[in-house]
Amino acid sequence: MIVMKDVYKKYPNGVVAANGINVEIGRGEFVYVVGPSGAGKSTFIKMMYREESPTKGDIIINGINLATLRSKRVPYLRRQIGVVFQDFKLLPKLNVYENVAFALEVIEESPKQIRKKVNDVLALVGLTQKARMFPNELSGGEQQRVSIARSIVNVPKVVIADEPTGNLDPDTSWEIMKIFEQINARGTTIVMATHNKEIVNTIRHRVIVIDGGMITRDEFEGVYGYES
Amino acid sequence: MKARTMGRHVRESLKSLGRNSWMTFASVSAVTVTLLLVGVFIVIMMNLNQLADNLENDVEIKVITEPAADVEAVKTLEEQVRNTPGVSEVVHATKDEELEKMISSFGDELNLYKQSNPLGDALYVKATDPHKTAEVAQKIDSYDYTYQVVYGEGKIEKLFNVLNMSRNIGMVLILALLFTAMFLISNTIRLTIVARGREIEIMKLVGATNGFVRIPFVLEGVWLGVLGSIIPMAVISFSYYELYSQWQPRLQNELFQLLNATPFILQVNGLLLFMGVFIGVWGSFMSVRKFLRV
Repeated sequence: MIVMKDVYKKYPNGVVAANGINVEIGRGEFVYVVGPSGAGKSTFIKMMYREESPTKGDIIINGINLATLRSKRVPYLRRQIGVVFQDFKLLPKLNVYENVAFALEVIEESPKQIRKKVNDVLALVGLTQKARMFPNELSGGEQQRVSIARSIVNVPKVVIADEPTGNLDPDTSWEIMKIFEQINARGTTIVMATHNKEIVNTIRHRVIVIDGGMITRDEFEGVYGYES
Repeated sequence: MKARTMGRHVRESLKSLGRNSWMTFASVSAVTVTLLLVGVFIVIMMNLNQLADNLENDVEIKVITEPAADVEAVKTLEEQVRNTPGVSEVVHATKDEELEKMISSFGDELNLYKQSNPLGDALYVKATDPHKTAEVAQKIDSYDYTYQVVYGEGKIEKLFNVLNMSRNIGMVLILALLFTAMFLISNTIRLTIVARGREIEIMKLVGATNGFVRIPFVLEGVWLGVLGSIIPMAVISFSYYELYSQWQPRLQNELFQLLNATPFILQVNGLLLFMGVFIGVWGSFMSVRKFLRV
């Protein structure tokens, strides 16, 4: 599903955020990416949806090599990947329904399909009742659920989440994790960067530790922690 | 692209005008003010240009024939002048008519000359291209039976120089004004788009192609241009029609004539609309381009 081979990333300011990353993530896996701040987690995540390009090496997602992908094809790559952010990235002037529908309008889905898919996914994240509300009328957890709904409405094969619970209180974080579990149970690969030790240690999945731009540990059913 | 998608773009672009009403107002005002300036300037320049053309076309060559030349000879000369390349019009005035003209300008004392008219016939010649007057005059001068060829030598060259210079200055001013307008408007539009950088970023992240992101903004540029050109078009049309109906009757026999309102104002309006739309589209296009490299 996702393969990284000898991936290096050096930013113009000289910071090396990826220093020879090799990793393989299979279809339907749930992977936590952990590590200290500034270790290269975000770069690792961003390279997967081609917000950043590697300086050297190959990244292959679903058979597409991102290193050689022409920028014109990037939109089509992103349609196969759902992305969830710590700050939700919702459009403040669109209501919940419109925010989710937006992802389908962009790929020119038919209005009928849009209605159906958006209603289904809002039911999945439990926001059917709040479809007409605007982001500023929602709690953080609800906003994150909208953002998740938007990322999966298109039925992507991979969902990439960059600290999705970073701005949420513990109870809400558990709710969000439940939704990710459901999505994963449908066969969607999930890669999640997180700082939440409790979640990683309770809902056991593969843990990849990134430190200094390198993978320092990669364990199935692993626990949180960057040492060793 | 599907027609449905185009419909969506049109709806989105119109909605966005309302959602960003403050920015819309700023951009439309910028377009309005600059187009009004450009429009007024164009109207003035075009009319001055018309005056210049009239002045130029007023230049003529007076060919005085030998007083001794008989009717046949004058006729031959007239024929010869008529066939000279570059000549557009020849008016023949007999020596009696010439004398009448002199009497009316210089007074009745000249009535004495009616018994024996010392003047020759005159031919008033216009050149197809006023700038070639001197050339044509020289050629005519070489024909038989010409006594004198007068065309305001020296003076018309100066006139043409002045007219050309004023035309060039006018063009430069209009271009400078247009350039300023484009800069001002595209900057205002850029601000409105910068404010929506996040929107563009999200569109790109959910897999929108560059074209999909760009089209609503470009359409918005079209609407801004159209909205911004309405007031200048209305003001200029109204004022010019008013001016024309008030002043044109009084200018009946003057060298300076206002341009006919009907085709002229339509042309100016068309130009303003085109400029408004062009500037709007160009401004949007250039500004959104920066955000598409996500």
